[in-house]
Amino acid sequence: MRFAEIREHLSHFRVGIAGAGGLGSNCAVALARSGVGTIVISDFDVIEPANLNRQYYFTSQVGMLKTAALKENLSRINPDIIVIAHAEKLNTKNIPVIFDGCDVIVEAFDKDEMKEMLIETVQTSMPGIPLIVGSGLAGWGKSDAIKFRKIDDTLYVCGDESTTVDEELPPMGPRVAMVANMQANTVIEILMKQFKDYFRV
Amino acid sequence: MTIILNNRPEVFDVEHLSVSRMLELKRFTFRMRIIKINGVLVPKDRYDSTSIMEGDNVQMLYLMSGG
Repeated sequence: MRFAEIREHLSHFRVGIAGAGGLGSNCAVALARSGVGTIVISDFDVIEPANLNRQYYFTSQVGMLKTAALKENLSRINPDIIVIAHAEKLNTKNIPVIFDGCDVIVEAFDKDEMKEMLIETVQTSMPGIPLIVGSGLAGWGKSDAIKFRKIDDTLYVCGDESTTVDEELPPMGPRVAMVANMQANTVIEILMKQFKDYFRV
Repeated sequence: MTIILNNRPEVFDVEHLSVSRMLELKRFTFRMRIIKINGVLVPKDRYDSTSIMEGDNVQMLYLMSGG
């Protein structure tokens, strides 16, 4: 299958990304490059210098809202897609509204309790919508510990499922982007599932 | 009873098994997790009241901070 055909197919879908930090910004970039038609991003934070070790932003964007900066960066990569940005903190009430109509949702939060809240909300209030979770990406190395797991048709996990970030084991560009790109790759696999017979390895 | 826990058979020598009891018996102490039984998510506040039955497919996912 040619990329032009893949891009045309992906242009008909809408993908939600909850969080525009290390996972969300890098995942959004991969989806924009692939031609996913509409990307809905949500994050209430502003860019700090410390974010630049892993998040897809630039020094000139420090102090900007992540959603505004990401929208700008995505439009520079692919002006043909629609980016809908919500500078809001997500909660159990607004998640089903903000991500209404999304074909797939990506969990891209930092804190474990936010991950839990999003998963519980999407899985109970938005039945049937596939959710791609990132869990376990701290530190460096151990590339072979990062894995992909399908729990069922609506829940997928990318990450090592064992490392937690802390002062001594910070999140860093390579491993965070590995997980973010696995999440993006899973989104595309789901959206391309009708063409799975084309896929030869 | 035998259940499927993360795709592997697990035998529990009990008649009744709640989600909380299963976590105790397995000594799963890590708090941040998602549990699904036969594809249905069990909210944390129902771990005591939700029973796991013979043959149930239980999936557990640990949530690690970082993103």
